[in-house]
Amino acid sequence: MFKYFHASFYVIHKSHLRIGFKLGSEKNLRFKIGEIRSDVGFLKDVEISIGKIIGEEWAEEVGPTPFPSIVDLREWDFKLLQRYKPFYMPFCDLCCLCTFGKCDLTGNKRGACGLNMAGQQSRIVLLACCIGAATHISHARHLVDHLIEKFGRDHPIDVGGLNVEVEAPITRLVCGVKPKTLGDLEDVLGYLERELTRLLAATHTGQEESNLDFESKVFHAGMIDHVGLEIADIAQISALGFPKAEPEAPLADIGLGVVDSAKPVILIIGHNVPPAAEIVDYLMNNGLYGGVEVTGLCCTAHDVTRYNPKAKIIGPISWQLRFIRSGVADVIVVDEQCIRADTLIEAQKIMAPVIATSDVNCLGLPNRTGDEASKIVEDLVSGNQPGALILDPAKAAEVAVKTALLVAPKRMKFKALPDVSDIIEGARRCRKCDDCRRACPNDLPVREALAQALNGSLDALANLYDECVGCARCESACPINLPLHSFIVKAAEKRLKEEKYKIRVGRGAIQDVEIRNVGSPIVLGEIPGVVAFVGCANYPKGGSEVAEMAVEFARRRYIVVASGCAAMSIAMHKDEEGKSPYEAFPGAFEAGGIVNVGSCVANAHIAGAAIKIASIFAKRRLRGNYEEIADYILNRVGAVGVAWGAMSQKAAAIASGFWRLGVPVIVGPHGLKYRRMLLGRKDKPEDWYVYDARTGEKVYVGPTPEHLFYAAETKEEAMVMIAKLCMRPNDTTKGRAIKLSHYIDLHKRLFGRMPDDIHLFVRTLADIPLTVRDEVIKVLEEKGWKENIIPDPTLLPRLVRRRSE
Amino acid sequence: MSAARQTEPWQTAEVPGPKKALVISNPQIVSALIKRSKNPVLIVGYRAAEIKLSDGRLLVDYVISLAEAAGLQVASAPSIQSEFIKRGFVRVVGMPLVDIANRLTDPSWTGLSGKGSHDLALLIGLKYYVGWLILSGLKHFSPTLKTVSLDMYYQPHASWSFPNLSREEWENNLNAIINGLGVK
Repeated sequence: MFKYFHASFYVIHKSHLRIGFKLGSEKNLRFKIGEIRSDVGFLKDVEISIGKIIGEEWAEEVGPTPFPSIVDLREWDFKLLQRYKPFYMPFCDLCCLCTFGKCDLTGNKRGACGLNMAGQQSRIVLLACCIGAATHISHARHLVDHLIEKFGRDHPIDVGGLNVEVEAPITRLVCGVKPKTLGDLEDVLGYLERELTRLLAATHTGQEESNLDFESKVFHAGMIDHVGLEIADIAQISALGFPKAEPEAPLADIGLGVVDSAKPVILIIGHNVPPAAEIVDYLMNNGLYGGVEVTGLCCTAHDVTRYNPKAKIIGPISWQLRFIRSGVADVIVVDEQCIRADTLIEAQKIMAPVIATSDVNCLGLPNRTGDEASKIVEDLVSGNQPGALILDPAKAAEVAVKTALLVAPKRMKFKALPDVSDIIEGARRCRKCDDCRRACPNDLPVREALAQALNGSLDALANLYDECVGCARCESACPINLPLHSFIVKAAEKRLKEEKYKIRVGRGAIQDVEIRNVGSPIVLGEIPGVVAFVGCANYPKGGSEVAEMAVEFARRRYIVVASGCAAMSIAMHKDEEGKSPYEAFPGAFEAGGIVNVGSCVANAHIAGAAIKIASIFAKRRLRGNYEEIADYILNRVGAVGVAWGAMSQKAAAIASGFWRLGVPVIVGPHGLKYRRMLLGRKDKPEDWYVYDARTGEKVYVGPTPEHLFYAAETKEEAMVMIAKLCMRPNDTTKGRAIKLSHYIDLHKRLFGRMPDDIHLFVRTLADIPLTVRDEVIKVLEEKGWKENIIPDPTLLPRLVRRRSE
Repeated sequence: MSAARQTEPWQTAEVPGPKKALVISNPQIVSALIKRSKNPVLIVGYRAAEIKLSDGRLLVDYVISLAEAAGLQVASAPSIQSEFIKRGFVRVVGMPLVDIANRLTDPSWTGLSGKGSHDLALLIGLKYYVGWLILSGLKHFSPTLKTVSLDMYYQPHASWSFPNLSREEWENNLNAIINGLGVK
């Protein structure tokens, strides 16, 4: 069916017809013919529907690519890839994905299947993005199924009441539909699952050869990932009563020190909120709330505070081991994603039962979903079983609460942290082989720090705490099994107890009125940029760097948005008055705001805000009109994503969704391990021409934005690059002057000198910031700079309104 | 450290594949490579302004001595370009690491000075895993370029690398490179 319609679309398209079609499911079809001219007549705006129609009628004309297939946006992708070429950095020289191999691809050789190293690397990137997209889409599917079961298919989508009319900007843009109910989301999920299967099929041996085609599919994976994110988050906002686009969403507690360990403590880890929400409900309904601490790690923590802000966030993903070993948690509930695979083993060390609640993370536990709650509780409390798999969130919640109440007095907060004397003994036994350091992702001097314990000082070990990502590879590497991570945590125990901060809970979407207020200054460049701090906590030098960057750009009146672990790291920082950034800066989407949108899936609202600027402010048509909106964002919306500790395949998929949308992404140095950058070449002027939509002339606009995917080695390098990547061809002279003033100021402060590429960003003398006018003019003269015009920029010839003769 | 461990990747899991760097057993090999090169470039990471040598100087001071002795063009991390300039060394371009590496894979790039492709890249002052990945990119996609890692630990993706060394051995080797250039 799908193939049939794809073929039909192609044939009609070739006949210069404009036609939109959508597949609600394989049985439900709908066509909209924009315009048809033939010898027999002329038809306009004809719609044919077979089966169910998603949502209410929508007057907006459908664009050229509703429900795009894996090749429908290939030309757009190639435009981006022509400018931002992949630079590959393979982990190793081999491919070992089939039985022809291993194949040595060193020096871009071809393997037995004919694929070369560039193709193989792009294939690996695609696989990573497929894994990431599958995870979000599967998460969305689970949530939608669960919420439909609980609230019904007709439960309305509402992410902000009257404040948010464009409720699902990504879904509208990509799919050309306007979901009104939870049931409508199922149809979109069907499309995503189909596309994902196609993408994964392309990675099989003997499919794609061209690295650029793989890269185009990477973009496609990212785009459908963004739809999956949006489906998941608008479903849970609508059904679970999360904050609905509230700038003043409440503050919640965050940090290892915020937990009242005198109470029974339930720790929830993961990303998929239903079990956590059910735990809150069970406690409320049984008058137990306040008597039990509900705490979370990673994105479930975000979402449980969106459900009930009295829940507490322990911290980002890296806090898992240190908190479990602290022994504070009496029961550990895991759902899905980013959960340590050894959670059950670690929980057993502190005698805390584990409840697994997701079919994608069963932990080898017996499936007790069908058993009576009381029987499961009995087995967990007695220690007959270390944990249970319970796939019914309500039952999992009941078991978790009852078990916590009974286990807490028995466990007495039994911890798996050593005494100081154990550390000194460990230091004595250390063989000084350095295997701990050689296993550490951040090359931390563990051996040297441990050696200082022999002198009675734990300070050196404690100082490793901030930069430790909590992976415990040092322990795995140690030939005499010293619990080195626990040594670090124990040494920093005082610091742990002082970890008490405030975070504004995830607010979800950005209001339409906020977009109207900032649309013009963003597009004209007068708000210097939107900087999104997203992603995981695999930081090169600790999470404080993220907070410092966020505060710096908020002070400079950029709009700062945050999500996931990065949003938590921003919270874990205090100013001289003892305020966290969320207390010190407003939560509105405005210049100088720091906006926590929520968990990983809430990243959809960041992409959504960029799309809504094009739609609400600029009145560009959204419906199935991906290429035009992406072109608008690339050329006009000065937005940059920063995933300073990006670790996961999900982060890769999220980033790739931003790339296709024209938003550059900066990662920290560990992000190089994604093995591919997308880099512009500012020394090649021919790469930086756009069409002036007013005349059709090609105009040089400078390297704006210079890169699409870039790894910075240091925080300082990232900050200068953020300011630089916010420049866009459409900036007005006033806007460009503001952006240049930040770029120059940061460059001078952090690099100690004027940038040497300033001439590439000055189009007219009016672009030059007044405060550095003489300095800049001197550089322009040295470089032989010539004035240029400011076009109405586009990369799409079809958007040219009038051709120059 | 045993001889076998000296040529293992410093980060244990970073196992490269069949083509591994030749070990610089004698620092004069580097001197010879520099002398033989038609258009070498010295790539300097930000850590050069952090690493203190036993004589109290920073690594960047050594780098300048080497660049001056060999007449090398330098591409430094942008954040430390000013360290060169304030020491009076101006033959330096501040360029992000990924940027210079990307350009080195382009056969049509005419190099930092515009005089033609570089045939030799020496790298120093990089985080280990960053150097690992950058050198891998160059190994696979810049077939005519020879790369030399001058950092303290074995980098298998380079054409030539020091083995894993003690701090003292490393500094001695660095100084020996300058001596081997035969500049007075």
